[in-house]
Amino acid sequence: MIGHTGPPGGRDDMSPPAHLPGGSGRRTGPQPPNRSGRQRLLPYLLLLPAAAWLVLFFAVPLVQLAAASLYDPAGSLATGYAMTWAFGNYPDALAAYWPQFGRSFGYAGAALVLALLTGYPLAYVIAQKAGRWRNLLLVCVVAPMFTSFLVRTLAWKTILSDNGWFVGLLRDVHLLGPDGRLLATPVAVVLGLTYNFLPFLVLPLYASLERLDPRLLEAAGDLYAGPLRTFRRVTLPLSMPGLVAGTLLFFIPASGDYINAELLGTPNEYMIGNVVDSAFLVRLDHPQGAALSFLLMAAILAVVLGHLRRTGPEEMLR
Amino acid sequence: MISRWLVDRWVTGVALLVLGYLLLPIAVVAALSFNRPSSRLSYDFAEFTLDNWRNPCATSDMCDAVLRSVQIGFIATVLATVLGTLMAFALARHRFRGRSAINVLIFLPMATPELVMGTSLLALFVSAGVPQGFWSIVVAHVTFCVSFVVVTVRARLAGMDSRLEEAAMDLYASEWQTFRRVTLPLALPGIVAAALLAFSLSFDDFIVTNFNAGTTVTFPMYVWGAAQRGIPPQVNVVGTAMFVLALLLVLATTLRGRRTRRTS
Repeated sequence: MIGHTGPPGGRDDMSPPAHLPGGSGRRTGPQPPNRSGRQRLLPYLLLLPAAAWLVLFFAVPLVQLAAASLYDPAGSLATGYAMTWAFGNYPDALAAYWPQFGRSFGYAGAALVLALLTGYPLAYVIAQKAGRWRNLLLVCVVAPMFTSFLVRTLAWKTILSDNGWFVGLLRDVHLLGPDGRLLATPVAVVLGLTYNFLPFLVLPLYASLERLDPRLLEAAGDLYAGPLRTFRRVTLPLSMPGLVAGTLLFFIPASGDYINAELLGTPNEYMIGNVVDSAFLVRLDHPQGAALSFLLMAAILAVVLGHLRRTGPEEMLR
Repeated sequence: MISRWLVDRWVTGVALLVLGYLLLPIAVVAALSFNRPSSRLSYDFAEFTLDNWRNPCATSDMCDAVLRSVQIGFIATVLATVLGTLMAFALARHRFRGRSAINVLIFLPMATPELVMGTSLLALFVSAGVPQGFWSIVVAHVTFCVSFVVVTVRARLAGMDSRLEEAAMDLYASEWQTFRRVTLPLALPGIVAAALLAFSLSFDDFIVTNFNAGTTVTFPMYVWGAAQRGIPPQVNVVGTAMFVLALLLVLATTLRGRRTRRTS
């Protein structure tokens, strides 16, 4: 009688006897109900090639970059670099290039503000107002990516040219002085950054706003909320996931970009990317280039991790 | 109510202006492809001509660079699509330990600035003594394309009706037959979309390529170099042709999607 004091359901939980057809086990998904050893190994075999590739060509290089940033700065590519754990490379690089660092984040930040002011209305209109025009408008948003990044950035050189209609117009309405120009100024670089990365902000925002139930907006209006209040209390909070993802997708490439600064600006507008490019490819000062590159990575990682704590990586990948 | 109407108009107006801002450079590229510039370093429209479209390869290095970009894009796309699709199947269809580590491994390359990815690969190739050129570019491109393939294919797999596969198994299809005849055809649009995305990412990449190219010149690198020496107008022919090709592709897939939806 003592043996019966165990959990009462113990026997019933066991799988049905072997002579019954196992049809009910199919419910769980495409996998067959009894998983053999080969089955359990399968996901790892599927993962292995890509995971190995990413470890070898993404993770290991990052370690190598970290190592290179601590090489003896007195070495050169020809004679080889010695590992001296030269942590001084970091403060040295920052001291020499803090204006470029500041510009990277300043220009990317200014471009982000512009992109939010212009991209939010666009995403909202496509998601909530466009009706049957929606797909066409979405194609228009990604259309710039159909042509080459560098070629379309060069097109801004034509648009913002000193003899172009745009600068002429701005001079006529006295927004620019008679000798005022846009090309080769920070304005051109910020405009280029905004233009080039705007789709990355608009698309996730659109995805969030598209799920927004228009009845919620009507309800807010019925409860006497004005447009501004409806936006602040309903639209904005509900579009937060898209806003966070879009902000990151915009800011990360924009702060690391140096194509816009090179093509639309002058050395006075150079960002950190221009310096890293010349450190690795022109001056061949690898320790300094690696240190600057790593500082950018650290700054961006801090921003990303701050965001991720709120959303989680699975959410970001959606 | 008046204020709501005004706000609506205003928001729509802003949106249309922004669309104009996004589309204007494309129009300029198309216009410049018919331009005969007044000097090598001029970016202004001077005179209409069809010469650029008649002889797109007048500057032969440019056409070599385009061809090289296509070759690199093709190889990188095939590799990234195979690697990424396998991983997407594992993530969408199997439970296993270490799932969150794999998620981080996919997410991080997408969150890493291209500058960092490019320089870190350069550091690896230099320390390993591997000469840079065609194949180091391929390796770099596969690395940044894989994550995008995984995410795209996984989204397609997650949206698939798993009852179709169960039905196939109930009708005595073997696992392999189910995969070949049901799962793969259903997943194919996602895989094709991922491959197209990978190709466009590879073809258009400049920053990562620049650090890992050695003396090899891809199309974006050609444009970068030419921007200093003077841009041949044929560059805009390539830009316009790319745009038209991509647009036709999008149109073809939407029309096809519409037709299959109507027949089913």
